[in-house]
Amino acid sequence: MATMTPENLVYERPLAFTDTPTHYCPGCTHGTAHRLVAEVLDEMNLTGRTIGVAPVGCAVFAYNYFQTDFVEAPHGRAPAMATGIKRCLPDRIVFTYQGDGDLASIGTGEIIHAAARGENITVIFINNANFGMTGGQMAPTTLPGQKTTSSPNGRDVELQGYPIRVAEMLSTLDGAGYVVRRSLHDPTNIRKAKKAIRTAFETQVRGLGFSLVELLSTCPSNWNLTPVESLTWLEEHMLPYYPLGDFKVAPSITAAKI
Amino acid sequence: MARELWEGNQAIAEAAVRIGLEAYFGYPITPQNEILEWLSRRMPELGRAFVQAEAELGAINMVYGAACTGARVMTSSSSPGISLMQEGLSYIAGTEIPVVLVNVMRGGPGLGNIAPSQGDYNQICKGGGHGDYHPIVLAPASVQEAVDLLPLAFDLAEKYLTIACLLLDGSIGQMMEPVELPPMREVKRREFPWATTGANGRQRHVLTSIYLEPNDEEQTNIRLLKRWQEVQEKEIRYKEYYLEDADVIVVGFGTAGRVALSAVRAAREQGIKVGLFRPVTVAPYPYARVAELASQAKTLLVVEMNSGQMLEDVRLAVNGRTPIEFYGRLGGVVPFPDEILAEIQRVARETPKMVADPAKVWLQRMVETTKK
Amino acid sequence: MPAKGWIEVNDQYCKGCELCITACPPQVMSLDKERLTSKGYHPAQVFKDGCTGCAICAIVCPDAAITVYREVTKSAAQLASAGG
Repeated sequence: MATMTPENLVYERPLAFTDTPTHYCPGCTHGTAHRLVAEVLDEMNLTGRTIGVAPVGCAVFAYNYFQTDFVEAPHGRAPAMATGIKRCLPDRIVFTYQGDGDLASIGTGEIIHAAARGENITVIFINNANFGMTGGQMAPTTLPGQKTTSSPNGRDVELQGYPIRVAEMLSTLDGAGYVVRRSLHDPTNIRKAKKAIRTAFETQVRGLGFSLVELLSTCPSNWNLTPVESLTWLEEHMLPYYPLGDFKVAPSITAAKI
Repeated sequence: MARELWEGNQAIAEAAVRIGLEAYFGYPITPQNEILEWLSRRMPELGRAFVQAEAELGAINMVYGAACTGARVMTSSSSPGISLMQEGLSYIAGTEIPVVLVNVMRGGPGLGNIAPSQGDYNQICKGGGHGDYHPIVLAPASVQEAVDLLPLAFDLAEKYLTIACLLLDGSIGQMMEPVELPPMREVKRREFPWATTGANGRQRHVLTSIYLEPNDEEQTNIRLLKRWQEVQEKEIRYKEYYLEDADVIVVGFGTAGRVALSAVRAAREQGIKVGLFRPVTVAPYPYARVAELASQAKTLLVVEMNSGQMLEDVRLAVNGRTPIEFYGRLGGVVPFPDEILAEIQRVARETPKMVADPAKVWLQRMVETTKK
Repeated sequence: MPAKGWIEVNDQYCKGCELCITACPPQVMSLDKERLTSKGYHPAQVFKDGCTGCAICAIVCPDAAITVYREVTKSAAQLASAGG
């Protein structure tokens, strides 16, 4: 084994992470999303002036894993709490991290209005097509026909309606600055997701408006699949319904060539 | 400073600005819209934070976030809006950070009406949200008193890391009275040791109301309880009028207390030995003082604009020692001094009687009166 | 000749989810069935030669359990010292 020197190091655990092992299920891409945020905080040197807002959901203990100040929001209210923090501390970086229950179900009012107001915050939105923490119930992002613990026969669109495409919906708001959807199901897409997260935080740092990155994610436990099978399920089922792409990029952000 | 004519809501809003309010988040609801509207002009004028939120739910959570940074923050609402804020209030209490809430009660329940009422006494005095906690609740009876109690609300909230509520109704919010406002103070952002402001150069701070371990949650609840007991010991406030030789003692807060004072004065002119006890803090409630007065008086007469909510606190304090009578108006009806005077005269005339439920006796009388 | 790399998998974080094993381009990773982490998972490991230090395992790892190293080739080292 050659001696390890600094130039040998290709990748190590982000400094913006605490030492605490996460409570997420094995293979759950919450961890991946967390890691990308931590890497971006490291690269942009933001940790010391960032305040995170944790959701209610699997990521309720997100504040155990980042070296930043953190507050815990009631279910769905993170964008409102973030607004309160950012309006009082405009030079700090404020981000929320929310799942599909938090953002697309109970929190629809808060997210739409934070985006409409153009609040200069960053939202990381984890879409795994179910309510993870509470045991896999149907979410506003559950696909038609998808079986969950509260749609045991598969989501029936006649009775239970259609899923909500959050990125597309928010992109219709003039106040939204950077609204994109990426996925975490393979290395190429994870790299692209990181770039989007970076752009989102850059948007905030440069005062260019509201940024949201929707991340298609897996939930092996509630999908009843192995972590590896979950990646395939995401690719085959979620990508067709939730296309990846940039749904809103304000001209000032394009011009900034981030 | 000179006295000027101010509308209640606007005076409260301006007083908050002058004593260093840094952030306001609210939503329109009658009868407190003027607070939001006044601050929508004043706060941006002074470079301070103002957002009209998507609803009270958004507003209370913006307040929650702002309070986490240590900023002096306030919101205001009325009955249905307060119901929407209950979730946020509970979280704020569980996180142990200071917040001021202005609660301008209206007729209810449900959508009710926009008339003045005291029907939300229990809602806020017993917590205002789920869980074991008590906000500090101050009940002014005039615009000047509201303006005087507002700085106290902020100081108490910050001292005890809790919610302090200024509890009034639409009549005080809407009336115009001569008022002396506090002088303009510079905003002074305090450095709280727990505030989430960015961890640069220090240990990181996490503000949460989660205590997954029941033992930890119990410790938190005990901590809240201990602080509440300190508040109960040190922060009780009330006003007394004509009590020295009073046989009948009227007990009322806010507008009900104010109207009762006119009736008490009229009754005194008729030679009736009656006085008024008006709690200013309704939470913590002045139980000990009411108990003392109960031993002195022949009857207590509780007057409220609800079906008997503060009545329960009086009954608790009196503990069966002295007869209690009740007079209430509901649904946004404000009693006239004449009505209360008639009650005082009746109570002074009749032999005091202990009854199991003063509110039941009152209701029977009310029904019979409306039948006539 | 491909670069030579090596990794360290931290037992404290690895949950044996196998995402790295599937993602590894030269397919040199497996679960170490001979041992368990303190949480009861079989941790990931490199089980044969061929790691290039591409770090794709680290990219897919949800637990940031992997540290990746790559041998610095002579030309790369010369470039570095020349300030290239």
